Amino acid sequence: MAENESAVDGDQPLLVADRLSKSYGRLAACRDVSFALYPGEVLAVVGESGSGKTTLLQLLSAQLAPSAGHVSYRMRDGVMRDLAALGEAERRFLFRTDWGYVHQDPALGLRMAVSAGANVGERLMAVGWNHYGRIRDTASSWLQRVEIGIDRIDDAPRTYSGGMRQRLQIARNLVTEPRLVFMDEPTGGLDVSVQARLLDLMRNLVSELNLAAIVVTHDLAVARLLSHRVMVMKGGRVIETGLTDQVLDDPREPYTQLLVSSILPA
Amino acid sequence: MNVAPMTAMIEINNAEKTFTMHLQGGVQLPVVRDVSFHVEPGECVVLAGPSGVGKSSILKMIFGNYRCDAGRIGIRHGGAQIDLAKAEPRQILSVRRATIGYVSQFLRAVPRVAAIDVVAEPLIANGMTRPEARERAGALLHRLNIPERLWALPPSTFSGGEQQRVNIARGFISDLPILLLDEPTASLDAANRAVVVELIDEKKRAGVAMVAIIHDDEIRGLIADRVVDVTSFAAAA
Repeated sequence: MAENESAVDGDQPLLVADRLSKSYGRLAACRDVSFALYPGEVLAVVGESGSGKTTLLQLLSAQLAPSAGHVSYRMRDGVMRDLAALGEAERRFLFRTDWGYVHQDPALGLRMAVSAGANVGERLMAVGWNHYGRIRDTASSWLQRVEIGIDRIDDAPRTYSGGMRQRLQIARNLVTEPRLVFMDEPTGGLDVSVQARLLDLMRNLVSELNLAAIVVTHDLAVARLLSHRVMVMKGGRVIETGLTDQVLDDPREPYTQLLVSSILPA
Repeated sequence: MNVAPMTAMIEINNAEKTFTMHLQGGVQLPVVRDVSFHVEPGECVVLAGPSGVGKSSILKMIFGNYRCDAGRIGIRHGGAQIDLAKAEPRQILSVRRATIGYVSQFLRAVPRVAAIDVVAEPLIANGMTRPEARERAGALLHRLNIPERLWALPPSTFSGGEQQRVNIARGFISDLPILLLDEPTASLDAANRAVVVELIDEKKRAGVAMVAIIHDDEIRGLIADRVVDVTSFAAAA
């Protein structure tokens, strides 16, 4: 493959998973997963419930310690670090600034009883912003970007619809300009029309901000619309991986063919 | 063995594709084998042969949408040749951004995105500002007779012919050195077919290498510099 090496700019991976495994007693939830994610790249992890997708996401985002293997991440100074070896301050920096984590249930990623503006502003205050006017301006510009009316800035998200809550969660995550966002079934539980709006919004934000993202979804349409690359998981293993349209249009593994052929035509 | 000149934009040697249908008991469906031809800059090669012989599959292999089981798909990309049959996903994406455009038979509409933005998107992805990209998109939609009142609407509600013209505009808007065309005139009227022939001529003059599938004999006569008969690659035993 030497002839192909010059074809892509010499950029370096943002995150590298190296033979990641996680077992719970005799149950292997995630087995031997390796891949590299580059800046600006969106990777979808697809598979059915129990395939190990969410465990993998938790391992990659340092919320769960692997039984074997490593996750390395390129810090803003350009140095690749093993997540397991990070100090508490460095880990907090990642969670507060350089990473976003979008939960399927917005109640897990938002503070439901404080105002929308405070939900967004809080992330800025956590990284040292202290000028109230600037925080409020930035928060309101982010609410507009995610199509939430400025007249709702003082309302708490518990008064919002499901789709608005999810958009607010995205604004809260992106306000610190992270380089990597983890998303766990970001459109799960939403009405179809609400999903389409959210997907379109996420697609635009990801490309405008050149975000890298790892999106766990069981919905192949979400994978097709959002991701460049896809990994298909079954029984904790990655059974097929490749360019998203290639895997979905020319699936090779029996399980991937089953998943693709099970989509109901609209 | 097909020996292509050094200048070839596309150089395919003994490419092969078989589908294995695991849900049908693992039955093997050979599509094409020994596919070998090349395309020079400024040349339009038309793939000929009856339906089902594998023409679209060959285009999809050149675009990296279908995997290639054997052989080589050489693409001139950024001053070097890359073998798409063995390329990494990131390399294929880079080739699609900078080198190969593809006009598919049907538009895969993204919900909620306006027609003009569907057309402008490839330019924006390559770094052009949104206003400039939209201006070029508008000019091309205008040329393809899509009335301005439709530009702000998502194309999912358009007629088949209108959708195809949006798709053509999206494919032709970039200045990419390779363009793949899968039945670009299938559901167009005579006036719009003539516009597509003009667009293809302009691409030829700009040195773009094209591979096309066209069933209309008249259009084929107008655009083909060379015809490659895909029947000889058919893998059906």
